[in-house]
Amino acid sequence: MVVTSKPAKISGLSFFEAKWGYIFISPWIIGFFAFLFFPMIGTLILSFTNFNLVNAEGLKFVGLSNYYKMFGDPIVYSALWITLKFTIVALPIGIIYPVLLAALMTAKGLWGRQLFRTLFYLPYIVPMVSAAWIWRGFLNTDAGWLNYFLRWFGLPTPDWLFTPFWIMPSLLIISLWGVGNAMLTMISSMQSISDDMYDAAAIDGAGPVTTFIFITIPLISPIIFYNVVLSMIGLFNYFLIPQILKGVAGDPGGSTMFYNLYLYKTFFTYQDMAYGATLAWGMFVLVLACTLFLFGTSKYWVYYTADER
Amino acid sequence: MTTQQLTSKSPTVLSWQMRRFLIGSSLTLFAFILVTAYLTPFLYMVSTSLKNREQQTNPNSPLWPATVATYTYQDQVYTMYAVPTEQGVQNWALVKKGRDSSYFIDPSNPQAGLIEWKGQWRALQEAWVVKFEYSNFVSAWNMPGQAANFPRLFFNSTMISFTGVIGTLLSSIAVAYGFSRFRFPGQKILFMVLIATIILPRTVLIIPTYAFFVKIGWVGTWLPLIVPHFFANAYNVFLLRQYFMTIPREIDEAAMIDGASPLRTLISIIVPQSIPVLIAVTLFHFVFAWNDYFEPLIYLSATPQLQPISVGVQAFNFMYNQQPAMIQATSLLGLSLPVLIFLVAQRYFISGVVLSGAEK
Repeated sequence: MVVTSKPAKISGLSFFEAKWGYIFISPWIIGFFAFLFFPMIGTLILSFTNFNLVNAEGLKFVGLSNYYKMFGDPIVYSALWITLKFTIVALPIGIIYPVLLAALMTAKGLWGRQLFRTLFYLPYIVPMVSAAWIWRGFLNTDAGWLNYFLRWFGLPTPDWLFTPFWIMPSLLIISLWGVGNAMLTMISSMQSISDDMYDAAAIDGAGPVTTFIFITIPLISPIIFYNVVLSMIGLFNYFLIPQILKGVAGDPGGSTMFYNLYLYKTFFTYQDMAYGATLAWGMFVLVLACTLFLFGTSKYWVYYTADER
Repeated sequence: MTTQQLTSKSPTVLSWQMRRFLIGSSLTLFAFILVTAYLTPFLYMVSTSLKNREQQTNPNSPLWPATVATYTYQDQVYTMYAVPTEQGVQNWALVKKGRDSSYFIDPSNPQAGLIEWKGQWRALQEAWVVKFEYSNFVSAWNMPGQAANFPRLFFNSTMISFTGVIGTLLSSIAVAYGFSRFRFPGQKILFMVLIATIILPRTVLIIPTYAFFVKIGWVGTWLPLIVPHFFANAYNVFLLRQYFMTIPREIDEAAMIDGASPLRTLISIIVPQSIPVLIAVTLFHFVFAWNDYFEPLIYLSATPQLQPISVGVQAFNFMYNQQPAMIQATSLLGLSLPVLIFLVAQRYFISGVVLSGAEK
């Protein structure tokens, strides 16, 4: 159809172009179907079966029974609540904090900018397993350094990792340690704002706080949006740090039984693929809905300059 | 602001410079305090990894690696205490214990003989001297009780990461070249699908993939950790495409007119021009694969001798979770290579992040 719509010579060239284009992108096309599309459909299909790697009692379709099980499963609700609770607190802090950090890193007059940037970024590069064990020691009730410092200042010393209440702030602190990458994307976005904008604001008599709220924030809102979407998805799927620290038990007292830890336990520890797939699909629908909602709201608060797409 | 104040009379300029200096130094001080808080956990790790067993069980021990000081007097070893005296706190060795008064020897002046000190010696704190216990690293290196020692885990991590890097470079370069230099029907939609895969949660894919790898016998091998990387991924393709777009088309069009095939143009024109971004992709992927924990955990849980550092360190630390020094020594070994790579090549990391942040 492309051939008939254009002169012969160009159509030869465009056929040549299209052929090579498809050849070059073919690895991704194959990978997309093999490792993304089919597994995704596979998850949906498995959720309607009794597929289980442990007892091969014959694969059969069981209709919606996995979904009935999911909606009647009290652990699902508590796991979802734990996940949402953590997300509601960690998402805004996990965005505002790197924005402020980036503002500090780009502030006029700061000395040793490059060094600070490198050091703030550093924890992001630390393997999750090492990071979790470092913090496990650092937050230890008796021998940990945080409580040592708190004691030194005469402050109360919580039992960070072993009480259902304090485990959440602990996990939040651990995740804020790895905020370097978000900070760096925001720094680069702030640096791309032209000085004219700031000069114009200064002429109008705007102070630094006003300038930051009315110039900087709107102009970096696309990168904020990008970070909001990615960290929301990351938080909904959060479970590895608790898994490293506590195993699959969800200790203390089930307070770290995040949704995905329950999913991991179901499909990996119990090898119940069908119910695991149901839980996975449930989470996928939730994440998709929230992502679409965020994209829907983006036109009200994400500011795209005219020359950008 | 700048022009107005710079052109005004000199006293104002001076005070403006003064203000600027004050703002700058207070910002720097604040950043310094914050960054110190950020780095304290690293300090904790290094310090703890060098502590000996006795210190770990002693609640009065200092934060740094240390041991209780001793003094040998007349062929006998005595423990040293921090003794409050009229001349301030002195580090003396306790020779003869008594209920209401004890006898000490001052190591800096042993000729003075025994000194009587009134007070209860039990209330005294031991005197500590710096001592590094390197044997924790020997244990962390040999990983007693584990199927693989640290060198073996290091080799596994290197092989998995290195092969993955080759795969992702070959495939992502090709795909990014396809998207940046050729027009074909469906290009825009396909590119949008590619970008959309960034926000696809891994959990919705893992179960059928895992079940599939079990069926074809790949679980317990490195293949599930390596093969998928030979099919490109959205982050790397996006990063490379952004960079390829900045290379003028005229150069590769000229090569094409001279009869070079698209593949030849890619290898001889595009790739040599893109070395910095290729280094960035290499480093990102290497560190990602090195740090990855979840996939090696599920695919290699039954074959510990094939596990990478992440999973091996986790198994070891879970076993020795009552020995903080050993745990911190393995954590330090585990993070050393990625951190070293980052510190040496940080400009590539940072330019990579900046490039991927563009146009979002």
